Amino acid sequence: MYDVLIIGAGVTGCAAARELSKYQLSVCVLEKESDVCEGTSKANSAIVHAGFDAVTGSLKAKLNVRGNQMIPELSKLLDFDFAMNGALVLCFDKEQLPQLEELKQRGIDNGVKGLEIVSGDKAREMEPELSDEVAYALYAPTSGIVCPFEMTLAFAENAYANGAEFRLSEKVISIEKTPEGTFGVKTDKGLIETKVVINAAGVYADKIHGMVSERPMTITPRRGEYLLMDREVGGKVSHTVFQLPTRMGKGILVTPTVHGNLLVGPTADNIEDKEDTSTTRKGLEEVRAKGALSVKDLPFNKVITSFSGLRAVGDTHDFIIEETEVPGFIDAVGIESPGLTSAPAIAEYLRDIVGTILPLEPKENFISERRGVVRFSRLSPEEQNELIRREPAYGSIVCRCETVTEGEILDSIDRPLGATTLDGVKRRTRAGMGRCQAGFCSPRTMALIAEKLGIGIGEVRKNGCYENGKGGEGDA
Amino acid sequence: MREFDLVIVGGGPAGMAAAIAAREKGLENVVIFERDHSLGGILNQCIHNGFGLHTFKEELTGPEYAYRYAVKVDELGIPYETGTMVLDINDKREVTIISPGRGVETVKAGAVVLAMGCRERPRGALNIPGFRPKGVYTAGTAQKLVNIEGVVPGRSVVILGSGDIGLIMARRMTLEGAKVKAVVELMPYSSGLKRNIVQCLEDYDIPLMLSHTVVDIRGKDKLEGVYVAAVDSKNVPIEGTEEYFECDTLLLSCGLLPENELSRSCGVVIDPRTGGAVVNESLETSIEGVFACGNVLHVHDLVDFVSEESARAGAAAADFVKNGRRTGGEQIKLIPGNGVRYTVPGTVDVTNVEQEVHIRFRVTGVFRNSSIVMTCGGSEVFRRRSRILVPSEMQDVVIKKEKLEGLSGEMTVEIRGE
Ligand SMILES: Cc1cc2nc3c(=O)[nH]c(=O)nc-3n(C[C@H](O)[C@H](O)[C@H](O)COP(=O)(O)OP(=O)(O)OC[C@H]3O[C@@H](n4cnc5c(N)ncnc54)[C@H](O)[C@@H]3O)c2cc1C
Ligand SMILES: Cc1cc2nc3c(=O)[nH]c(=O)nc-3n(C[C@H](O)[C@H](O)[C@H](O)COP(=O)(O)OP(=O)(O)OC[C@H]3O[C@@H](n4cnc5c(N)ncnc54)[C@H](O)[C@@H]3O)c2cc1C
Repeated sequence: MYDVLIIGAGVTGCAAARELSKYQLSVCVLEKESDVCEGTSKANSAIVHAGFDAVTGSLKAKLNVRGNQMIPELSKLLDFDFAMNGALVLCFDKEQLPQLEELKQRGIDNGVKGLEIVSGDKAREMEPELSDEVAYALYAPTSGIVCPFEMTLAFAENAYANGAEFRLSEKVISIEKTPEGTFGVKTDKGLIETKVVINAAGVYADKIHGMVSERPMTITPRRGEYLLMDREVGGKVSHTVFQLPTRMGKGILVTPTVHGNLLVGPTADNIEDKEDTSTTRKGLEEVRAKGALSVKDLPFNKVITSFSGLRAVGDTHDFIIEETEVPGFIDAVGIESPGLTSAPAIAEYLRDIVGTILPLEPKENFISERRGVVRFSRLSPEEQNELIRREPAYGSIVCRCETVTEGEILDSIDRPLGATTLDGVKRRTRAGMGRCQAGFCSPRTMALIAEKLGIGIGEVRKNGCYENGKGGEGDA
Repeated sequence: MREFDLVIVGGGPAGMAAAIAAREKGLENVVIFERDHSLGGILNQCIHNGFGLHTFKEELTGPEYAYRYAVKVDELGIPYETGTMVLDINDKREVTIISPGRGVETVKAGAVVLAMGCRERPRGALNIPGFRPKGVYTAGTAQKLVNIEGVVPGRSVVILGSGDIGLIMARRMTLEGAKVKAVVELMPYSSGLKRNIVQCLEDYDIPLMLSHTVVDIRGKDKLEGVYVAAVDSKNVPIEGTEEYFECDTLLLSCGLLPENELSRSCGVVIDPRTGGAVVNESLETSIEGVFACGNVLHVHDLVDFVSEESARAGAAAADFVKNGRRTGGEQIKLIPGNGVRYTVPGTVDVTNVEQEVHIRFRVTGVFRNSSIVMTCGGSEVFRRRSRILVPSEMQDVVIKKEKLEGLSGEMTVEIRGE
């Protein structure tokens, strides 16, 4: 019997697990995929939003601003990449100035610091490649960029180090309330008992909700498509460049990623299928067309990949984070943007709700720090040599585009909650994320995974679950 | 700091030929750095035959061809360090390498030959929308999986692009028991060699769909199929022509790109048309003492031409180390004219030409019954008639030194119809 069972190992579930692992609770995270961060948390804009977008007084506004304040410190403690690069929201027409001012005022009301409206010329001074059409811009210095996989993995690994259990490749099928007031969660692998359930299932949160609650809820997937460009052109902009939001989302943004690529997107299209993370010709054309409004000569010939993510849009357009009418069943649903930014704040909020159900006794030996996979390419030559002396596998480069060594790949597989798929290795090490998109390194990476898992090279998966249950067991 | 007269980056056919030539010119202190565990480069995974018809007058497999050069490297006692990747070269010709045995090390080079080969154009660069499942590989990656790792990536295959690797893999996958449903090519002509179309597709009844492309990729975790559509004269897919092909593997053979990250990092000027360095008659780049040859310079179709070109680069590098730079002559600048995509070299200094100079280029489309013509200052320097010129075959024009003497300024290379 667990105290708390969290359904979904996205950023919401993993951040919650880490927060709850500070207390003397038995916590388990259940995830249908073979790895953490396989849902929306892996495919988004990766912006740590400043917090001027959400309606003042909403949960979104509150948790966004709080999350934005927490992430810089967490990035150091938990060793994930973050940079506060600042954002510009552009308007192309003098007539839109009142909208920009409204946005600024909303930001101030939400508690965002340092907001400033600048002229088009000033904006172009700050960001020389901006379009000549830019009339005004709202400058938000506290906006940042983060590596969403690393952040999610960091929460998960730290939670794991503090005793949280992760059951991966295990899917919730139904949930029953027992006469004792606890829950029996039926999965494709068996029955799990728990006192409290947190529903953090992303676009599937309505399904999980419906297994327990009578109250109707729908989550509509709203797809956002992106183009990612080579690091060679990552310096095209240094700030995150938004366009004034419309009713259908934040418009198309152009931003450097924290790893130095250039990202343009997303679109916003409601779709039916909760699995449909494909990209479309139409969507990518829209990205190109709208992106070009903001920044001159976007180098679309340097695109290295396209991808899409699904926003989990709820009925209220606010985050719904509450204990439902069924005692002990907590929803964390409708976690659309800025869910990534808000995750650590959502985790605290969830902790407080759990605290009304179960006693929260802090652990004395909570481990607050976590180290990620070494980034060999960032070490000094002396440090590199020291590492190679200790472990010669660091002297062998597997991914030539991102300079990732065999040592890093082995670490990504061996570490707690380690990678079992090519995508898993990629998210932990960046091997295969560069301009050749794994053409060169995948045979070698596949061989390393196969050897570690004791399977044939041909059986190594790109993502998803192994039939024999290989990989993904991470019992504390 | 270790010091070498000549550092060769890459131990493929280009690197080996350059090293051998430099040694034969009497240069002692030469080294090859190769990141793989053995010499041979891309040839190690090309187990089909068809290599060496020009050089050895016989048909060898890729590994056999490479072996002949590797034996020569050994016979001449040229040192090479495998498992050693060059990370950086600066404009002072200091070369930083990494290996499990020696760690990170910077060495000094009197001259450098860049011979890093090329890489395949990945899916992202092709802008194919759809899912990103397992089962989409570049043809070369699949070739490595099949021929080196012994893993056949799938049972039913569609190949996008009719480059030589794609054609060779169409046959390889068929021989391994897979069904190759189609080779789909955007252009109205194939980018592969004619002999490969005959021997790899026609002999196995594999359809080649010209002026078609893949417009959608289906299957979330594993590839389930692709939609193929016809394209119009501007290469835009024509709505309503989509056809679904069920398949578990999509191979991409849509072009090769010279691997020039290192060259860029040391400031070598790159020609956007080839993706390789801009070089002079000695195959020297814009950085003094840094030479380039083989697929890193421009993508070749025949390894024989790689070897020949690279021997010239090796010899020129040896000469540079021994005699320093010979400058001062009149420069002829080569201009690609009608029907010519690029030329290698870009400039010729006649005083540095020993007996002849090779001018290599590709044509921009298919030309029938036309001539390659070179003119300089209004007078014709060279003319050669051809029944057919195709983009998939690199052209090689050899011009004797006498023909060039006294010339200067621009020399245009163009294709003229009859
Ligand atoms: C296009 C786009 C752009 C965005 N940009 C930003 C941004 O710039 N900044 C920002 O702050 N936020 C952004 N977001 C929002 C952010 O990405 C999400 O809010 C966040 O990732 C949601 O995380 P999650 O953990 O709630 O959901 P998910 O990451 O989707 O995790 C849910 C998990 O539950 C699992 N699951 C589902 N059903 C079951 C089941 N039956 N059994 C077991 N497991 C199950 C899923 O497999 C999944 O792993 C963006 C979102 C999108 C789509
Ligand atoms: C699939 C395929 C089929 C072909 N078929 C034929 C055919 O039938 N007949 C024919 O004549 N030709 C054929 N060719 C062409 C021929 O193989 C190539 O032109 C030739 O291999 C190119 O030689 P190279 O030395 O320039 O490049 P490569 O063979 O690619 O060698 C480059 C070497 O440099 C190394 N390297 C790169 N970067 C670094 C670094 N930073 N540090 C250290 N080492 C580095 C690489 O590991 C590699 O070993 C084929 C080519 C391919 C790919």
